[in-house]
Amino acid sequence: MTQNILLEKKTLWVALAGNPNSGKTTVFNALTNLRQKVGNYPGVTVEKKIGRMVFVGKTVVNILDLPGTYSLAVRSPDEEVARDVLLGNRSDTPRPDLVVCVVDASNLERNLYLASQIQDLGVPIVVALNMMDTALRQGKEINRARLQEVLGVPVVATVASREQGIEKLKQVIAGAPRVSSVRSWRLPSGMEEEIEKLVDVLGQERSLSRTAAFSEALILMTKEEVLPKQLSLGEQRIQEYIHLIRKNLSAAGINWRSAAIEARYNWIQNILKDVIHKNTETRISFTDRLDNILTHKVWGWIFFVGLMSLMFFTIFSVATYPMNWIGQAFAHLSDAVKNVMPTGDFRDLITDGVIAGVGGIVIFLPQILILFFFIGLLQDTGYMARAAFIMDRVMSKAGLHGKSFIPLLSSFACAIPGIMATRSIESSKDRLVTILIAPLMSCSARLPVYTVLIATLIPGASAYQKAGIILSMYALGVVGAFGVAVILKKTLFKRQTPVLIMELPPYRWPSFKSVVLQMRERSFLFLKKAGTVIFALSIILWALMAYPKHDSAHPTENLRNSFAGMAGRTLEPIIKPLGYDWRIGIGLIGSFTAREVFVSTMNIVFNVEGPKDETQPLREAFARARWPDGKRLFTPLVCVSLMVFYVFAMQCMSTVAVVRRETNGWRWPIFQIVYMTTLAYLMSFLVFQGGRLLGWQ
Amino acid sequence: MTIGQQGKIHKLLGEGEITERLLEMGLTPGTEIQIVRFAPMGDPIDIKIRGYHLSLRRQEAEVIQVIL
Repeated sequence: MTQNILLEKKTLWVALAGNPNSGKTTVFNALTNLRQKVGNYPGVTVEKKIGRMVFVGKTVVNILDLPGTYSLAVRSPDEEVARDVLLGNRSDTPRPDLVVCVVDASNLERNLYLASQIQDLGVPIVVALNMMDTALRQGKEINRARLQEVLGVPVVATVASREQGIEKLKQVIAGAPRVSSVRSWRLPSGMEEEIEKLVDVLGQERSLSRTAAFSEALILMTKEEVLPKQLSLGEQRIQEYIHLIRKNLSAAGINWRSAAIEARYNWIQNILKDVIHKNTETRISFTDRLDNILTHKVWGWIFFVGLMSLMFFTIFSVATYPMNWIGQAFAHLSDAVKNVMPTGDFRDLITDGVIAGVGGIVIFLPQILILFFFIGLLQDTGYMARAAFIMDRVMSKAGLHGKSFIPLLSSFACAIPGIMATRSIESSKDRLVTILIAPLMSCSARLPVYTVLIATLIPGASAYQKAGIILSMYALGVVGAFGVAVILKKTLFKRQTPVLIMELPPYRWPSFKSVVLQMRERSFLFLKKAGTVIFALSIILWALMAYPKHDSAHPTENLRNSFAGMAGRTLEPIIKPLGYDWRIGIGLIGSFTAREVFVSTMNIVFNVEGPKDETQPLREAFARARWPDGKRLFTPLVCVSLMVFYVFAMQCMSTVAVVRRETNGWRWPIFQIVYMTTLAYLMSFLVFQGGRLLGWQ
Repeated sequence: MTIGQQGKIHKLLGEGEITERLLEMGLTPGTEIQIVRFAPMGDPIDIKIRGYHLSLRRQEAEVIQVIL
């Protein structure tokens, strides 16, 4: 049994398990550095991270970062994936040879709960006793050797944020004997025998090993879900046993719902008596003092609002520069290609399709990087949980979770990082609702559209008027988002009981490395995964606007006769009740690449000469635009109706691609496109037709 | 219970998933529990249990029966 793994195998699979906030990710980063790969487990929206350990020697050590969980009780997709991987039940992931369980030394009691559950499974385990520094600061002296003795598994003390103990951990991982761990705690007297019966049955009917069967038995005992009517004979037998055992336990005065959990915690408390030595009596900790201010009725709000404003100000002021550079760089690239390549369809495909399309994606990168810099800091310091704590009351009114706040706020800059930030929401349904409403927050790509329409609406509008109108559009989006959240929670996600059981971790200094790694990882995911879809879509959209070809030298004529032009004309009867003609229809179609494309498309449609990024010439063209009967096209009412349409409509293929990635399929992005487009249509219809009834134009 | 008050968990009422989750987070009968503070708008609550802080909505906290 105690053979050295090094001699047996060349590739070693190590799973990294641990509670959220235990520093598991920091340990993962320290072990693997930049050798990481991020993906999804097929079929679920659980992130799969694999890294390669840096280790001198011939063994290749692959490290799999399991989702952070408090338990393996299989109530969330995260817990299910973690458990299945540990048991070797997932065909897409090899069964780990070893599990490294990261525990927070300053919070051992609760962290050992998961470690003990993993021990039950019988897999070889190493415990990384992390955050030893925090424990020490709390006046807790932890006897590592004693813990190793009572647990019967190797225990390594680490401070992953400062890379302390990581070398030692690597050595232990590579040299750890492959000894199956054994369960060292006991159920209360009477229960052990009863559970044993179920273990036997599970062994027979599901051909499970005794260790796996024991762990499964504990889960089944407390699981009270509605079972399918058609059960196999074997499963029926299992159910009969469960009912019998529950009856026997109740008769013996044992609460079968909580007995196993209590017994495990009692065992942990007992072993920790010898392990933790408290030096100082509990004085008020740094975290408590800080929380007295940061969650205070007055100061808490001031800090919160101040921090959010700073975040936003930085995004809008700082990100503008690199965004402009990227825009210019792609424009130059496009010009360069135009100079080099001969005129023709292929050149147009490269410049107008590929370069313009990819440029349209890359331009979001600065905002994504800055947002994830802030989000990384908030998470790493522990303030993220406080923000959720403060905002939960407000968010709960819409049936949402406090943790939905930051992703929604980020969506004002751009829905893409906002949607990617929803990963911190554990409840999959709360997360999905947040993803579905995030694009209703007016993002920065809508600003150019609002700007040109406001200029048409009120020529020479003052800064106050502009700000006022833009703010009302933002407000409209927020109200719409909350409304949609309430409706979704009452219909599609009805069965979900709203819960907030959230740990408030101690404040910590952020680790620069984690923050940078997260920025890198998110931007890479965005560019790679979203990039493929966007790339294909931009070519399709380009083709729609370029074909069928006409020999006219007039770009406006070409566009009119293209597929997009035809679609615009086909669309006209549908969008006429909103006050739009076919030309605006083309703009709406073009906007699917990104909302700001409306402006450049309109420039082509109305054949505007001059600098493309200026509002004035387009505004004048809008003012001259007429219906065939000579009536004005862009009446004030049409401008408002169009702005309202842009508030609600889902016109951003990058977002669609990211939603597809984050929800693991086309179902939710399609649902989102349908509901948002319907909502946009209805709202604009109400504005336009309602306005006309009131006699406005 | 009011802020700063300490007690011992008597038992958790209810028998759903939430109760089980609370038990697993360490809110087992006999455990010391303390209300540390309320969020600025009165809800959720910040409690201290087994040496760590946990926030719960009042609605979830209602199932926790405490002996003062």
